[in-house]
Amino acid sequence: MITKQLLTIKSHMQIAEDTFEVVLHSPLAKELKPGQFVHIALANHMLRRPVSVAGVDTESETFTIIFKIFGAGTRELSKFQAGDSLDVILPCGSYYPVDQLEIDHALIVGGGIGVPPLYYLAKTLKEKGIKVTSVLGFQSKEQIFYEEKFQALGNTYIATNDGSYGKKGFVTDIINELNPAFDYFFSCGPTPMLKAVSGQLDGHKGYISLEERMGCGVGTCYACVVPLKEDPKKSKKICKDGPVFSANEVILT
Amino acid sequence: MNLTTRLPGLTLKNPVMPASGCFGFGKEYSQFYDLSELGAIIVKAATGEARYGNPTPRVAETSSGMLNAIGLQNPGVEKIIEEELPFLRSYDTPVIANVAGSTVEEYVKVTETLNRSEDIAAIELNISCPNVKEGGVQFGTDPSLAKEVTYQVKEASDYPVYVKLSPNVSNIVEMAKAVADAGADGLSMINTLTGMQINLKQRKPIIANKTGGLSGPAIKPIAIRMIYEVRQALDIPIIGMGGIITAEDALEFLLAGANAVAVGTANFQNPLACPEIINDLPSVLKQYGFDSVEDVIGKGHV
Ligand SMILES: Cc1cc2nc3c(=O)[nH]c(=O)nc-3n(C[C@H](O)[C@H](O)[C@H](O)COP(=O)(O)OP(=O)(O)OC[C@H]3O[C@@H](n4cnc5c(N)ncnc54)[C@H](O)[C@@H]3O)c2cc1C
Ligand SMILES: Cc1cc2nc3c(=O)[nH]c(=O)nc-3n(C[C@H](O)[C@H](O)[C@H](O)COP(=O)(O)O)c2cc1C
Ligand code: FES
Repeated sequence: MITKQLLTIKSHMQIAEDTFEVVLHSPLAKELKPGQFVHIALANHMLRRPVSVAGVDTESETFTIIFKIFGAGTRELSKFQAGDSLDVILPCGSYYPVDQLEIDHALIVGGGIGVPPLYYLAKTLKEKGIKVTSVLGFQSKEQIFYEEKFQALGNTYIATNDGSYGKKGFVTDIINELNPAFDYFFSCGPTPMLKAVSGQLDGHKGYISLEERMGCGVGTCYACVVPLKEDPKKSKKICKDGPVFSANEVILT
Repeated sequence: MNLTTRLPGLTLKNPVMPASGCFGFGKEYSQFYDLSELGAIIVKAATGEARYGNPTPRVAETSSGMLNAIGLQNPGVEKIIEEELPFLRSYDTPVIANVAGSTVEEYVKVTETLNRSEDIAAIELNISCPNVKEGGVQFGTDPSLAKEVTYQVKEASDYPVYVKLSPNVSNIVEMAKAVADAGADGLSMINTLTGMQINLKQRKPIIANKTGGLSGPAIKPIAIRMIYEVRQALDIPIIGMGGIITAEDALEFLLAGANAVAVGTANFQNPLACPEIINDLPSVLKQYGFDSVEDVIGKGHV
């Protein structure tokens, strides 16, 4: 059940250039599934900011978010400290249906701020005994985070746009070279990347997670719609029916 | 404290209701609180057929507000009657349907179709949506068109008709008079103001539709001024809206002359905005020396 809660920040630290990891305490933490997001209110901002769940620790009833400074809202979020509280709506949106899928080997493809939810997913898959290969893209070396954590779950390959670390280029270049064996792919990142990846992996089974500017974040305002492939006159809401969609379900624009 | 307020076809236990387009058809917010707490509920616009709406991005944040260009996306009036409105039956709260269209014929058709539903208590005639190419705001900015569509809808409707006015006009009193002359039972004001925001990096408007409707606290002084002017000129009941966040804001609208208030954008920031305003209202009224809601209406005039 979705609710609004005032949550205490347990830790708040910078983990890469402009990139922060925040751990929040909530009795609802254990209900958060990979792919879901939380919707965070900020003083002096009319609209909340959607941020994905990057991990859950059931024992301490905490969950992790990772965000990059993009504009005024995320800048404000970067200035909080442990002990402060945040007004959060959770849990929001759909999740990767890991329990319903028969998977032996998952291919994880993430770009930039699309990487955080994939860490929670990869960890969940690994715990279920599924083999995980991760291909991650960042702008530059300074922006890379969680590389060792992904390595601990399976083979991990990194691309940077400027070539300052790993392969110079895009995640699609690595996939081309690697030609990995997998039965499902899971991808999250900027829309141009999702388009390239779903084009490249066309014919494979997979799931993608989308972003859009949101109003309500709970499914009432029709701000965040995405057209459906089967009928472009019909749409789904990214905040409620998504952000996770099956790879061939929606039209990426 | 008596929070009751009476308008044509509506006896409200309190004057606070969510505004159209900011509450869907109620399901989502029913997870946060009991919708019976609300004075009424205004649901999302209904058109004759299903509408897809505008391309995304459809919203942008502004200082003290937001722009939206949803483009009246809705499943169409038939589906709304069959699949959305029945859910609200279990709540002790009157429902107001929001009627939109591109032509007078479409407005009339939607109104006639809504006559079939027993789940509503009134209709809000939306002649003020700034985000669709045809219809919508052109009816809301030309007094003779506004008069014509109001007259036709009023003829067709079994329910009281509240005409929702656009603030994108230079003379709001002229518009109010036109629709009052045509038989409107009440007014609902204001809808959003046309605006634009340009993305510095991309060098283009953020909203795909280019322009969007500005809502939120940024527009509150405009709403207060317009309600004040209309209340000076006319006796007609008014549902006031535009930037209400707190019970103090609601009081200000009542002082300006609104008989009830609607809360839009605030729901996005705080899903509990409406019940919190309702809870705070008695103590705020008391603090400013009032014994009931009906006591306050129009008392801000000099
Ligand atoms: C489902 C979902 C999950 C997300 N998860 C993460 C995450 O885990 N880590 C992370 O760093 N970022 C994530 N984002 C993106 C994040 O929401 C934006 O970077 C953030 O809203 C920007 O706010 P701002 O005030 O810094 O930027 P501004 O540009 O000043 O924001 C202005 C407005 O635009 C909206 N906006 C701008 N960019 C985006 C965007 N990409 N997506 C949605 N709304 C946007 C803002 O919310 C705000 O309403 C996610 C977005 C979505 C939709
Ligand atoms: C996302 C959004 C969608 C809206 N959709 C409608 C609509 O379908 N019909 C309508 O009459 N008004 C619509 N409105 C206008 C609101 O009902 C209200 O008149 C306006 O937003 C001012 O109130 P506020 O400042 O409290 O939001 C919409 C507003 C927003 C922000
Ligand atoms: S953000 Fe309002 S419907 Fe998705």
